[in-house]
Amino acid sequence: MDSKYEVVIGLEVHVQLTTKTKIFCGCSKDFGQQPNSQTCPVCLGLPGALPVLNRQVVEDAIKTGLATNCQIAPRSIFARKNYFYPDLPKGYQISQFELPICEHGWLNIETEELGKKRIGITRIHMEEDAGKLLHAAGDSSSVDLNRACTPLLEAVSEPDMRSADEAIAYLKQLHQIVTYLGVCDGNLEEGSFRCDANVSIRPWGQKELGTRAELKNLNSFRFIKQAIEYEVERQIEVLEEGGSVVQETRLFDAEQGVSRSMRGKEEAHDYRYFPDPDLVPVVVADEWVERVRSELPELPAAKLQRYRDDLGLPDYDAGVLCAERPIAEYFEVLVARHANAKLCSNWVMGEVLRSLKEKQIAIADCPVSPELLAGILQRIADNSISGKIAKTVFEEIWQTGKTADQIIEEQGLKQVTDSGAIEAIVDAVIAANQGQFEELKAGKEKLIGFFVGQVMKLSKGKANPGMANQLIKKKISE
Amino acid sequence: MKISREEVEHVARLARLALQPAELEALTEQMDAILGYVEKLNELDTEGIIPTAHAVPMENAFREDLVKPSIGIERAQQNAPSKDGSCFKVPKVIE
Repeated sequence: MDSKYEVVIGLEVHVQLTTKTKIFCGCSKDFGQQPNSQTCPVCLGLPGALPVLNRQVVEDAIKTGLATNCQIAPRSIFARKNYFYPDLPKGYQISQFELPICEHGWLNIETEELGKKRIGITRIHMEEDAGKLLHAAGDSSSVDLNRACTPLLEAVSEPDMRSADEAIAYLKQLHQIVTYLGVCDGNLEEGSFRCDANVSIRPWGQKELGTRAELKNLNSFRFIKQAIEYEVERQIEVLEEGGSVVQETRLFDAEQGVSRSMRGKEEAHDYRYFPDPDLVPVVVADEWVERVRSELPELPAAKLQRYRDDLGLPDYDAGVLCAERPIAEYFEVLVARHANAKLCSNWVMGEVLRSLKEKQIAIADCPVSPELLAGILQRIADNSISGKIAKTVFEEIWQTGKTADQIIEEQGLKQVTDSGAIEAIVDAVIAANQGQFEELKAGKEKLIGFFVGQVMKLSKGKANPGMANQLIKKKISE
Repeated sequence: MKISREEVEHVARLARLALQPAELEALTEQMDAILGYVEKLNELDTEGIIPTAHAVPMENAFREDLVKPSIGIERAQQNAPSKDGSCFKVPKVIE
C-alpha cells in the first residue's frame, strides 16, 4: 500500500440477537420462514399498535457491553430515526441516539504488522432491524417483513484502525465475543453479523480525518478485507490524480472485486431523531449490571491466557482451541479427564477437528465424545497402544460408539511390550533386509527409521516403536 | 423569522409532501408562529434538570421473550394495495 497516506477505518457492526421473539412484539424471528408469516400489527407498523420492549434484549445488550469493557448507562432511551424506504413500514426505525445503553468500551487486538493495540468502542445501542426487499424482475419489488423488528445491537467503533488487517482482527474478536456470550449465532452469510466500514485516508501527520466512504454489503471476513483494500487503493488513486474523495455509500461486489457508488443516497441524511414517545426510558440498576457480570462466561481473551499460562499450551494451540466456544468446551471436558494438556490439544486440533471438517459435523455432535477420547489418551499414556493404533481406535469409536478399551480388547490391539516378541520381529526384518542392515551398520543412520517402520508393519502397528528402536540399535552394536 | 422558506421546503421534501407555492407561504408563516410560541419555553431556567424523554413518569415497561402467535399472512396483507404471493408488492426500488 502507498506509504504516503495513513489509512483510517471505523466499523459499525450490526449484531442480530438470538432471542426467540422480536424486540418490540411477540412474533417469532425464525430465519427462512414464508414471507410475512411472522408479523403482527406492531412489526407491520399498523396505526395504533404499541411496541413493548423485550427484556432479553436489554439483558443481551448489558452482557455485550460488559464483555467489551463498556460503561452501562443507568438510564437510556429509544429514539425514532426517520426515513422512507419500503422495508421500513412505520417510516422510522426505532433505535437509540442520545443516551445509548453502552458507551466508552474497548477491545485489545493484535496483528502481525502493527502489534498490540486498543480499539475504542464509541457505543453499543439497541435497535430494530428493517424488513427484506426482494428485487424481482420487472418494475416492482417485493417486501417481506418477517425480519422487521428483529432485535439488533449496533456496535460503533472509534476510527482507530489503520489497516484492513486491524479491522479484521477487531471484527473477529467482536464476533468471537458475541458468539461466546451466545447473544448472536454469528452467521455472516445469513446476516446475523453485518459490518459496514467507514474508510478514509490522509497524508501522514495530518490531524483532520479525510473524507470517508461507507462500505456496505460485506458478508464475509474475506470480502471485508478485500473491500477495504480496494477502497484504499481507489481513494489513493483519486487523490493522486488531483481529485477529492466524495462522501458516499459504496456497495462492494464480491464477484467482481470492486465497489460502486450507491446513487440516489447522496442527499445528506437528515434523520430528525427524537425520543420515541411510545417507549419509556430503560433504567438499569447496579444490581442488574452486577448480576449479569457475575453470570458472564469466561471470555476468549481470558481463556487464551489461562490455556497459555496455566495449561502451558503454545500460543498457536491456545488460539485454535479458544476460537469457538464449543471447541473450548470440548477441550475442557477432555483435559479435566486427562492431565496431559498438550496431548489433549494435539488430539483435538488433529483427529477431532480434522474429522469434523471432513464430515461437516459440528463439534457438539462429534460421535467421539471428550469422555471417549479421554479413554484413548489413557491407553496411549500407559503404553497400551501406540499413537498410530490410537488413530485406528479413534475411527472405530467414531463408527461404533464403543469405548477405547472395548475396541482394544475385541480387536487385540494392545501394544506388544514383550521385548522377546519384538526382538523376534526385529530379527525377521533384519533377515529380510540384509543389504540395508549392512548400510545401517556402516553408519547410514537414517535407515533406522526404515527398520522401525518395517517392524511396525510386520507387527501390524502393535509393537512399541520405542522398544523396536532400542532393539535395532542393540543389533547394530552386536 | 424563526424558520426560512427553504427550511420548510426541505422538511416538506423529507416528508414527501408536494406543496404549492401558496401552501408553502402559508405553512412557513404558521410554522414560524408555532416556533415563536414554543420559544417561550426558553424563558424557563432548566439548569440541572435532566431532559425529559417521556411525558409519563414511568420506566422499564418490558415483556418477556415469549413467542405469541402472529396474525397470519392473509390478515397481514388485508390492506395491501398490491401483493406478490405472500409478499407486499411495491414500485421497484433501485439500489
